[in-house]
Amino acid sequence: MSEQILSANEIEAAVGRLAAAIRDKTAGQPIALVGIRSRGDEVAKRLIDLLAEDDREIAFGVIDISLYRDDFEHLRENPALQESDIPFSVEDAHIILVDDVLFTGRTIRAALDALSDYGRPARIELAVLVDRGHREMPISADYVGITLDTRRLDHVRVSLEETDRIDQVIVIQKDMQ
Amino acid sequence: MPRKDLLDISSLSREEIDHLLDQSVPFKELFTRSVKKVPALKGKSVLMLFYEPSTRTHSSFEVAAKRLSADVTNFDVAHSSITKGESVRETVETLQAMRTDFIIVRHARSGLPGMIAKQTRASVINAGDGAHAHPTQALLDAFTIKEKFPDPVGKKVLIIGDILHSRVARSTSTILKKIGVDVAYLGPGSLVPQKGPEGIRRFTSYQEAMAWSPDVIYLLRVQMERQEAQFFPSLREYHRLYGITDARLAEIRQRGLYLMHPGPVNRGVELCDAVMDYERSLINDQVENGIAVRMAVLYWLKPDAGSES
Repeated sequence: MSEQILSANEIEAAVGRLAAAIRDKTAGQPIALVGIRSRGDEVAKRLIDLLAEDDREIAFGVIDISLYRDDFEHLRENPALQESDIPFSVEDAHIILVDDVLFTGRTIRAALDALSDYGRPARIELAVLVDRGHREMPISADYVGITLDTRRLDHVRVSLEETDRIDQVIVIQKDMQ
Repeated sequence: MPRKDLLDISSLSREEIDHLLDQSVPFKELFTRSVKKVPALKGKSVLMLFYEPSTRTHSSFEVAAKRLSADVTNFDVAHSSITKGESVRETVETLQAMRTDFIIVRHARSGLPGMIAKQTRASVINAGDGAHAHPTQALLDAFTIKEKFPDPVGKKVLIIGDILHSRVARSTSTILKKIGVDVAYLGPGSLVPQKGPEGIRRFTSYQEAMAWSPDVIYLLRVQMERQEAQFFPSLREYHRLYGITDARLAEIRQRGLYLMHPGPVNRGVELCDAVMDYERSLINDQVENGIAVRMAVLYWLKPDAGSES
């Protein structure tokens, strides 16, 4: 069973809220957005577009966290790597990590470890399009586009036009029987 | 489908080769970071079992494993009980009891890494066995060529030297053929096999080979230990006939050809001193790429894979 929870318009509104919140809190300061592959990078690009009107420099990077996962033992096959690209110095930077869905928090833990191997940022914040709850680690987002009430076993699938040809969020409910 | 072992190139599918070459790119990207290490193989153990001396391949694997956070143990064959007559089988049983996850083997006997692979749950990587195979060398060579020619189909690589006894020639020409590169051999008639992979040209004169218009010249190392063999010309003779002399370097530079060599080089034999400063020499690229490719291989293999079937 699956249902569409967010339409393209609602996603656009959520990204708009994220951009507004980031602008409010960081106005005038140099920041860097780092999107987590995959789809976090697309959300980050949209944020950059919305924040572009600001008269300030916003750096952009992409990070792949495959090598920092904590579940290799449980995988039959290791996930394929994609390139990370951090074309600015993270030393003393104000970084906002961007991802599509915040769930257990394990991806964010991995991303924090990966980022710190590039240097020591002054500050790292977290922006997510969807917070669906069920954290397994002490991690919370600084900017949330939309909060969804889900069950632990539900699968939240974010599709974005750039990678999936459509903007939508669906929740696939796992049959409890 | 994950694999347990990497024993040779010929058993790899085109998809697997492309996957490993693609995956080496993000691994190489790690070398530009302030911390070059990633935690992917944390807690895994890698055992280096080198029955033949090797500095380059050995240290390349060691650096690759350490950059993935694996623990590396050197099974010091020269000082081990192997010299006391312990068989390879007994050694492997010992290693099995140590619960190592990866075994990297080099041995003078063709097929020995494959034999070890059958007897252990660990992933076995062949780091060179006799004249049979040297798959990670082939992968790093293909990766290095693809860096210069992203679409390598139809590019021409001329391999010069003792083809007959070279596992590098065998593995590297196999992978190059698989990715669509044209390969030709040049060497003394007695050292260029008449049989072998199809579609490989064989030249005996340097001039003739250059008329084929190669894009890359790949020099094999002259194995000094084989010098007694009567089919080998003297070193001076070899340099004159097949080596990159100053005059040949001038022609290579003028044509803009790339030069490769698996190392270590014998200066004055395969190449003259001036080659070390040649701007299109890829010898140092090969060393750096070797680490990235070996990281990709270690990350790709899964100990225990296939054992459930």
